This record gives sequence, C-alpha cells and structure tokens, in this order.
Amino acid sequence: MQWLEKQRNIIDFTLSSLLRRKTKNIALMIVYTLVVFVLASVMFFAEAIKKEASIILRGSPEIIVQRLVAGRQELAPVGYIEGIKKIRGVQSVSGRLWGYYFEPVAGANFTLMVPEDGSEKGQIEVGKGILRSMRASEGDILSLKSYTGDWVVLKIKGALSSESELVSSDLILTSEEDFRNVFGISKEYFTDITLHVRNSRELATIAQKIKDLYPDTRPIVRDDILRTYDSIFNWRSGLLLVIMAGAGLAFIIFAWDKASGLSAEEKKEIGILKAIGWETSDVILMKFWEGTAISLSSFLAGIILAYFHVFFTSSTLFEPVLKGWSVLYPKFRLTPFIDEAQVMTLFFLTVLPYTVATIVPSWRAASVDPDSVMR
Amino acid sequence: MILHPSIIALFLSSVLISMLLLYSSYYGLLILRKWDIKSGSELQLDLERRTYLISTILTYVFGFQLISLFLYVYTADLLHPLFVGAMCASGTLTVNSYGYPTLILKVFNFITAGLWLVLNYTDSRACDYPLIKNKYKFLIVIAPLVVAETFLQAKFFLGLKPDIITSCCSTLFTSDSTSVASDLASVPNIPGKIAFYTLIVVTLASGVYFYLKGGGGYVFSLLCGISFVMGIISIISFFSLYYYELPSHHCPFDILHKEYYYVGYPLYLCLFGGAVAGMGTGVLMPYRKAPSLMEIIPVIQKRLIIFALVCFLIFTVMVTYKIVSTPFKLEGY
Amino acid sequence: MIELSDIRKVFNCGKPNEFTAVDGVTLSVDSRKITVLKGPSGSGKTTLLGLIGCMARPTSGRIHLTGRLTQGVTFSVEGTTAEVTSLPERFLTEIRRRAFGFIFQQFNLIKGITVLENVMLPAYPIGEGFKPLRERASRILSDLNLSGKLFAKVEWLSGGEAQRVGIARALINDPTVIIADEPTAHLDTKLSGEFMGIVERLKGDGKTVIIASHDPIVFDSPIIDRVVEMRDGRLSGGYQRR
Repeated sequence: MQWLEKQRNIIDFTLSSLLRRKTKNIALMIVYTLVVFVLASVMFFAEAIKKEASIILRGSPEIIVQRLVAGRQELAPVGYIEGIKKIRGVQSVSGRLWGYYFEPVAGANFTLMVPEDGSEKGQIEVGKGILRSMRASEGDILSLKSYTGDWVVLKIKGALSSESELVSSDLILTSEEDFRNVFGISKEYFTDITLHVRNSRELATIAQKIKDLYPDTRPIVRDDILRTYDSIFNWRSGLLLVIMAGAGLAFIIFAWDKASGLSAEEKKEIGILKAIGWETSDVILMKFWEGTAISLSSFLAGIILAYFHVFFTSSTLFEPVLKGWSVLYPKFRLTPFIDEAQVMTLFFLTVLPYTVATIVPSWRAASVDPDSVMR
Repeated sequence: MILHPSIIALFLSSVLISMLLLYSSYYGLLILRKWDIKSGSELQLDLERRTYLISTILTYVFGFQLISLFLYVYTADLLHPLFVGAMCASGTLTVNSYGYPTLILKVFNFITAGLWLVLNYTDSRACDYPLIKNKYKFLIVIAPLVVAETFLQAKFFLGLKPDIITSCCSTLFTSDSTSVASDLASVPNIPGKIAFYTLIVVTLASGVYFYLKGGGGYVFSLLCGISFVMGIISIISFFSLYYYELPSHHCPFDILHKEYYYVGYPLYLCLFGGAVAGMGTGVLMPYRKAPSLMEIIPVIQKRLIIFALVCFLIFTVMVTYKIVSTPFKLEGY
Repeated sequence: MIELSDIRKVFNCGKPNEFTAVDGVTLSVDSRKITVLKGPSGSGKTTLLGLIGCMARPTSGRIHLTGRLTQGVTFSVEGTTAEVTSLPERFLTEIRRRAFGFIFQQFNLIKGITVLENVMLPAYPIGEGFKPLRERASRILSDLNLSGKLFAKVEWLSGGEAQRVGIARALINDPTVIIADEPTAHLDTKLSGEFMGIVERLKGDGKTVIIASHDPIVFDSPIIDRVVEMRDGRLSGGYQRR
C-alpha cells in the first residue's frame, strides 16, 4: 500500500513537471511518434500483405507443373496431363492457360487467363485497374491484337470484384477459344498444368513422381510459393528497417542529448528535491515514470496512426515506393491484422533503444549532491 | 539470412543488453578493487553513486530479458511456414542446433538476473553494503552468459535458410523433415502427474515450514528450482494436451496464442515467478548470520516464500481446473 | 545532540584545484537550543551545515547522533548513539528526512507548482497517503498565516511569504532539528524580526535550531543560546549566551 502511494505521489509530480516543460517534451514526442509510425507502417503493411497472400493462395492448386526448356518456362503438351492423371494420389488434373498481353495505349501488361470453370466466347471479365486505365466500363468493347495482327473483339461482360483487386486488378478472364486465338497457342498445349492432391502429406512423393515421369518439368508445391512470398516480404520489410537504422540512430542520439542536456532550471529542481529529502533512487524513479509517460504516449500514438494509415488509407504515404513501374496500381484495402509479436517487435525497435539511451543521463541527473543547492 | 523485423529487433535488444551488462561489469570490477565503505573519499562516493546506475540497469535488463524471451518464441513461431515440416515454433527451433540452447540460455539469464536483483535489494537494505563484493562477483559471472546468449541467438538466426524456390534448375525442397522435438518430453501420463503433484505438495509444505520455523531454506530453494523444471516438463508432457485437446500435440509454445486465450502467459509467468522468488531465498541463505543482515534477511525471505508459494499454487490450480473441467480425457491414449 | 569529531571535507582531492572547505572541526550541538554559526563567506559554514544535516559525507572524521535523533533508527546504533559517517545514501537520506528540516537562503521553492504541493514534496517518497499529508501541510501553513495562499503559484509570493513557505516545507515531516542557511539574506529588517519570532516558537516546540548567518539581527538576537565562529574551515571561537 505504501509502495503504491509512493508511486502515485511520484507519478503526480512527474506529470506536472512534464507539463511544465511542454516545448521540449512535445518536440521529443513528435519525433518519437514519427519513428514508431514509420516502423509500424512498414511492419503492419508487410504482415498484412503476407496474410492476404496466404489467404489467397489457399485456393490455389496444391501442385503446379511447369515445363522448362533451357531454364525458361515453355508450353506444356496435353499428353502430360494424361500421364500425371495416372499417378496414384492425384485427385484431378487440368491444363491451365494464362499469359501476358502488352497494351501499348495504356502502356501496361494485362494478364489474360482462362478460368477453371470456363467462360463464354466473346465475353470477358476485366479487373478494375484495366477499366480505369482504358477508361472503359461494362458493355464496352475491348479489342486485343492477336499474334497474326488481326483484332480479336471482346465485349466486357463485367468487372472483377473490388475485394479481389489486389490480385485481379490487371486480370482479364476470357474463354479458351479466344485465348488461343490471341496468342496462337494450339490445342495441343497449355501454359502449365495444375493438380489437386487427395492427401497433402503425399505432396512431396507425387511431385517426385512427376519429376521422374517428365524430367523436363518443374513441379511447384503451393507451400513453396507461400514460403517464397513470406521470405520476399520479410526481406523487403527487414531491408527497409535496416535502411532506416540511420534515422533510428539519429533519434536515439537526439533522445540521449535531450536527456543529458538538462536546463539550469531542471538541474536546480532536482537539486532541490535531493536537498529536501528525495533519494537518488526516488529521482531515478521519477525519471523512469517520465520516460514511461513519453514512451507510452508516443508508442501508442505511432501505432494508432500507423494502423489508420495502413488499413484505412491503404498506405498512401508508401504508394510511390510500392507502385514502382507498375501502371496498374490496385486500389485495395488490406484486412487489418495486428498481433502481439508485431507490438513486441516494435517495442524492441523503439522503446528499448530510447530507454537504454536515457538510462545513463537520467542517473547522472539524479546523482546530484543534495547540498548542491546550498553552494 | 532472413531479414524479418522481429529478428532485427531481437538482435538489437540482445546486443544492447549485452552492452549494458559489459558496461556494468566494468564498474563492477572497479568496485571489487576499490570499494571501501568506511572511506569518505570522492572515489568511494562516486562508486556508491555508480551502484544506483548498475541497479537501474539490471532492473531494466530483467524486464527486457523477459520480453525478449517471449518475442524469441513468437519469432520462431511466425517463421515456421518457411521450413518444411515445421508446425510451430518448436519446428523452427530445431532447424539448427542453436535454437533450443538459445532459448534455455535466455530462460537461465532471466532467472539469474532476477536472483541478482534479490541479492541487490537485500544488500541495499543493510547499512554497510555487506553483500557488495559477492554481488558484483555474481554480476561478472552473469555478463559473459548474456554475451554468449547474444552469440548463440545470432548463430541460430544466421543459420536459418528458408526452404524456398531459389533457382529454376533446382527442383524439390519437400524433403520430409523428421517430426519435431516436441516428442522430446513425453513423460508417461499417470506417473508424470503423480510426480508433479507430489513435488508441489512437498514444496508447499517445505515453504510453510520454512516460513514458520525459519529452517530448511536450502531445501525449499532447491525444491522450487526442481518444481520449475518439473512444471515445464509437465506442461509439455501432459498439461498442454488438455488445452489443445489433442493427445499428441506436445507443444509448449502454442498455449501462448490467441486461440488458447493466451493461457500460456500466466502459466509460465507463475513458474518463472516461483523459480526466482524460491531460489532467491536460497541465494540469501549463506548470509543469514551477517550482523547487519540478521534482522533483514528473514523478513525478505518470508516475503519471497509467500510469493513463490502463491505462484506455484496459482499454476497448480489453473492446470488442475483445466484437467477437471474439460471433457477431454488423456487416459486411454 | 549532534557530535562532530575532527570533521574534514575536501573537494577535488588530488587535483590542482583541491580545496578544503572544513578542516578539522570538532563540535557538539546541544538539542532544544538555538546555535548560530557565524563567519564570513568562504569560512565553510555552509559546508558544515550540510555535514551536520546529513546532506553530505565528510572526507574524514566521525559524526554521532544521540537522543531523539536516533528514534526509529535500527542501524549503527549502540545504546542511543548512532554513527552516521559511513552510512549509505539511502539511510542517510532516511535520517535526514525524518530528523532534519532545511531552510535555504534562496528559498529554493519549485516554480510552477502550488505552495501546498511544495510543502508536501519532502514527504512524497515516504508513500504517505495523499489526504492526511495534505491536511498536515494545510495546518502547518495556516500556523504560519498562509492559509490564503495554499493554491497560489510560488512565483507570485512576496519574499516574506516565500520564506514562510520554506519554513512550512521544512516542518512537514516534524523534524527534530531545523537547519537554516543565511535565512535573512533576502529579508528586510521587519521580516527578519518576524523570522526570529518564528524561530523562537520552534524552540518553544522543543526543536533544535542551527542557523548559519553573518546577519547581526540573527547572531545578536536575545533568543539564541550559542554562537560558534568559523574562519577558513576551522572554528575560531564562540560563546555561550545562556
């Protein structure tokens, strides 16, 4: 009880002394919040995209088989499908058609694809990004130049949903016939082959069997894709963090400087406290609560702002970096995702260095001799 | 190397904590050589001021070490998709031989930091710093262990290479890796439970005896240490199974997740608390006869005993409640 | 009673600017009496005050506290005498908080907070309940005719009022000894007289008072019991009044 009262008293004094030095503390808190904000935005964005990717990929086929010639992807012959069907454990096999179409007017690459359940000839479903860049809408005509130079005329039946924009922004779903007409791919070939497997534990064995059967193929297991995406995003966000280490260091030096550079007023105040009966550990405790108040408010403010930034404004501040060359930038809303690991990580990247930077200066300030005010 | 932000955070924190410990050890050495409580010289006054700094540093280290422990487990967990065959954190930790040693060393360092703080608190209650030399000798032993932990952690993370598609020429990464080390501690169910409950009862009894009669401190302290280890083994071997409602999921880390209402936190925190408080009484035992500590140590020890007993009690009640209230029965598997 | 035996205080020992502020002082301060340390500036009286009041540790020598000052002290005590020279800061501060109250030349009130808060500050670290502390502080302030100024900011007080707030602060923990360092330096004659009146009251309450001053209003006052003269860090004379 006594301990609690003591904390209460000291916190009381700490808050009042923070308010008395508003300008200095506000400057520090703004920088602190900014640092947390940037780091948190990067982390939230990366984690949310990873989660999004994993959700999307859940629906993708367990194994995709690509044919490689001289290290490059080549069309897969239809005969492979028959061969793979015969492997024990394979539930279903089908050929998949997809490719890239370069549209010179928009200056963009469209992804043309034939959906699993087929599509009507002459009709296409188009991603929102394409509609925006071609200034087209439902019911309009979209003509694609085929490999012979002729035009394939297609009518836009509908748009792909906004929810799926992250992956469908540049997508055109078309019928098999139209696809083959545009790209000149004969009925003997598919772009790649997808298969569903009954027992997920057999993935490795089946993949090996496919490799044995057709040595010029590369079976890609879905989990490998997930892992690769995870790794890419880990690496990218980590790299950003490392690059920002310079800014982080500047912040730490700033914090250390602020903590060491006590004004004459502050020094006198601590001297008075020591003279009237506060022990060094009491002053250190006060400095601890000071640091906690600043850290806590900046940390929370930074996280809340970052949350808002990433999940409500779709990371507008990062847009230039993320967009890069792409012409078709999807308008997407990420599903808010924040977990304790992210918060702990952010804590270690911001509050920990700040605290460490202020330990020695706080102690030095608190170690003033009690009789200093008398001299 | 996997450049995940959490890994960067762990690196950073370990390096900073190591630096703090080394800094403290430097002054510790100075204190060991030049300390003289009777002197009023400026050096002595300066050294006395330094002790405040070192106490503050070690208090922060204690707190950060605990968070670092949980973040380490979390990081291992969120990296598990990158490794074929890894189902959760336990899988990641077995990817190379540094994973589990780092974890164990982290736990060990946390506990020793706690014990140091107990020693430090007691020392500051006495009017002549009777434990100062032993305290700093202890510190100088802790410091290299913390540095070692930083090193092991680095080796662990640097040795993690995710199983990803790297070049178009390589094919399969799906080598079925052997199942995870969670079968490590599969103590048989009924004997394990008997052992655990017996141990707890003995520890509680010893604690009460120590509290009332003031004797048997070393025994109590030892029992607390053993209860801590037994508690962890029991979680892995059978208690966690009741939370997962799966007879084969011997994972000590999943109970820290949201799905299980973060129940792992209070369980582990109780065990840690019991270990530090209980073994803290043992650390103070050798000094009971020192003149300036004769009155102080029993008081502190009593408080520690209560804290340790409460922690172990809460732990036992929680797991027992779970066993009793869940329809899942382990017997028969 | 406070006994100093061959106390020395040296600053910057071993360095070129080494300075001995107090050079071998042996002194006994009687309780329930008013003692004045008289001497020019630089004579070491301020440093000596700090040593007597357990604010600083002497470089060499011994300080013993006896009688009421040792109440509640459980360490370094033989009978009713406590030796405080080699006590760690924590204990020294505890004794100081409990047994000594300080009044400073510059008042040394913390700006930006109210009078009441200033008076309560010394008791904050003890962990006393807020309400009883507030009541006690209010009572002491009203005894010093400051009830109207409880919530005033200290910047707006007159010199006399500020001095009285300083006195109130010194009294918050009901100390046995009051130590004042040049208390009348910033007061006019009238206020100085009022100050000595308050000192008389404190003595009547059974407190020991030690004042360092070179103001004749203080050391010529009829209420003081003893004058101790200091020069160059050493005692250079003194006399008993009564």
